[in-house]
Amino acid sequence: MSLGPYASFILISYLSAGAVVLALIGWILIDYRNQTRRLHEMEQSGVLRRSGRSATDNA
Amino acid sequence: MTLTELANPTRFLALTARLLPWLAGLTALVLAIGLTQSALAPDDYQQGATVKIMFIHVPNAWLSMFVWTVMSIASLGTLVWRHPLADVAAKAAAPLGAAFTFLALVTGSLWGRPMWGTYWEWDARLTSVLILFLMYLGLIALWRAVEDPSRAARAAAVLTLVGALNLPIIKFSVDWWNTLHQPASVLRLGGPTLDRAFLIPLLVMAVGFTLLFFTLHLAAMRNEILRRRVRSLQMMQARAFASDVGPGTHGAPTQVGAV
Repeated sequence: MSLGPYASFILISYLSAGAVVLALIGWILIDYRNQTRRLHEMEQSGVLRRSGRSATDNA
Repeated sequence: MTLTELANPTRFLALTARLLPWLAGLTALVLAIGLTQSALAPDDYQQGATVKIMFIHVPNAWLSMFVWTVMSIASLGTLVWRHPLADVAAKAAAPLGAAFTFLALVTGSLWGRPMWGTYWEWDARLTSVLILFLMYLGLIALWRAVEDPSRAARAAAVLTLVGALNLPIIKFSVDWWNTLHQPASVLRLGGPTLDRAFLIPLLVMAVGFTLLFFTLHLAAMRNEILRRRVRSLQMMQARAFASDVGPGTHGAPTQVGAV
């Protein structure tokens, strides 16, 4: 597949889109891990919800 | 399941935990098909292979406006119906919208240089999309600046609805003003002007990116709900601590209320 004289423009477009999408996925996964870790730490230190259920139920 | 039942964050977490793996799989499949079709699409008789940038630029440009539309509907939910998840939905969508708008601007510039001879032109379409990007950043800054989530939610909802006025300006800028950017060639009266060889990969990529947005949005909403639970527990813990060390109190309960 030949991309012609502007191959670098095409490749940078696709690579930048891939990089941004991967960054979004990574950010969401790291954020999820951070929030669930903080909730577990608080529960282990004795802070519980009024309902008595774990704050990470269904998370 | 009704919308009222879905308003319960715990129920929302349970539902999305089951839904997300399937949605992520479907997104990956549709994007893989779209990318394959984009790679196999023929060269344009004028643009050559540069037309392949369209398959990545146009879905991001559509999403830049679609995400703001989703945020505007969520803002109505915040201001009118006070739906518990409306603000969560709007706040979770903003960084995604900013990312898609950024990609629309970057890939548009990279497409513009070989086709127009310039990376940037201050014409109505490009400028109005740049304003949209700056509005996304402004909203994100507003949510970070106001500590009380309910106050931030109302202010952000008003700003989002005012910002929605920019959407028709973006859409019709190519018709109202003389712009370097081409007029609409897919979403137009009289049907698309694109050949099927380009239209089908473009539509598949658009569906793939839209699914990607929904997948990331649901995941980001789950994170936001968990973040608010953390904040709620921290506030309860601080209140319990304050009553424990305050004058005339004897011990604080270890079990406190939360979201």
